[in-house]
Amino acid sequence: MEEATTLDHSEDVYEPSLTPDSLGKLGMWIFLIGDTMSFGALLAAYAAIRAGAGVIGWVPPSDILGIELTAFMTFLLICSSVTMVKALESIQKGNVSRMCTFLGLTILGGVIFLGLQAYEWYHLIHEGLTLTGIPEHSLKGAAISGSTLFGPTFYTITGFHGLHVTGGVIYLIVILIHGLRGRYTADFNHEVEIVGLYWHFVDLIWIMVFTFIYLL
Amino acid sequence: MAQDGHDKHPRYILIFIWLAILTAIEIGVAIPEYSVVLKAILLIGLACGKAYLVAAYFMHLKLEKRTLAAIVITPFLICVFLVIMLIPDLTSDSRHEGIEKSPAEVVNTSDH
Repeated sequence: MEEATTLDHSEDVYEPSLTPDSLGKLGMWIFLIGDTMSFGALLAAYAAIRAGAGVIGWVPPSDILGIELTAFMTFLLICSSVTMVKALESIQKGNVSRMCTFLGLTILGGVIFLGLQAYEWYHLIHEGLTLTGIPEHSLKGAAISGSTLFGPTFYTITGFHGLHVTGGVIYLIVILIHGLRGRYTADFNHEVEIVGLYWHFVDLIWIMVFTFIYLL
Repeated sequence: MAQDGHDKHPRYILIFIWLAILTAIEIGVAIPEYSVVLKAILLIGLACGKAYLVAAYFMHLKLEKRTLAAIVITPFLICVFLVIMLIPDLTSDSRHEGIEKSPAEVVNTSDH
């Protein structure tokens, strides 16, 4: 009896335990928090190496990298984030075909992003940005030893992000296949929401990478 | 959790326009040459603004329970702490002393 009254009394402050929907979502959030630390450590290491090299020991990244292309890549990822939220919005309204269209557009955005990154890497390697050296033209006659670390840090950070985009594209394709088979409805769509969390996170990380590696 | 934000969706297109504007401002801020510190503050501020828009509206953190937002913000604070803890290691004096001392010590021990 007493228990029943206590429960009654605290009904409006009681938080329900994890449901299958919220469990998956919490799991994704925990993964993303861990991943934030991975990227945080990589960017902090980059900052430490760069600050340690000093102003003279580090060629400005803008002398080596092209900002125009990566600005477009940033814009592309933002667009694919919008199509992702639109996909979720569609299925929450019960519109399966619209969701599949938007998921397809999101995948397309991710694939174009990866293609552009491959193109960028190909050109940078061709110009001489490797794990041990930087392009001759960016040196401008000065012997800079510290800058040899620009290559490894650049490829590690953008490569780690590229792997996340690759994983995201595969993940989205799996969800799209489920969607095409009619798995999701207006009442059952938390899996679409969870893939969305991952995809937006990849976008958010790119915003940081773009700022720290390309612009600063 | 999933049903919380069912019928109060933010206006995504508006967020998208804001993100595009902030990206354009970032590029405008990054290209001219001026104080590195000022540039860094402006760019990091703009990036944090964009990250906030993505997390709060696209990832629906604004519609979630406050506790989740507190959990999510923690690793970002720890990352800031990580950078602060690295600062003592960044002063070039301590780095070069460390590098110069060790070969000298090696020579000394081999003499004895």
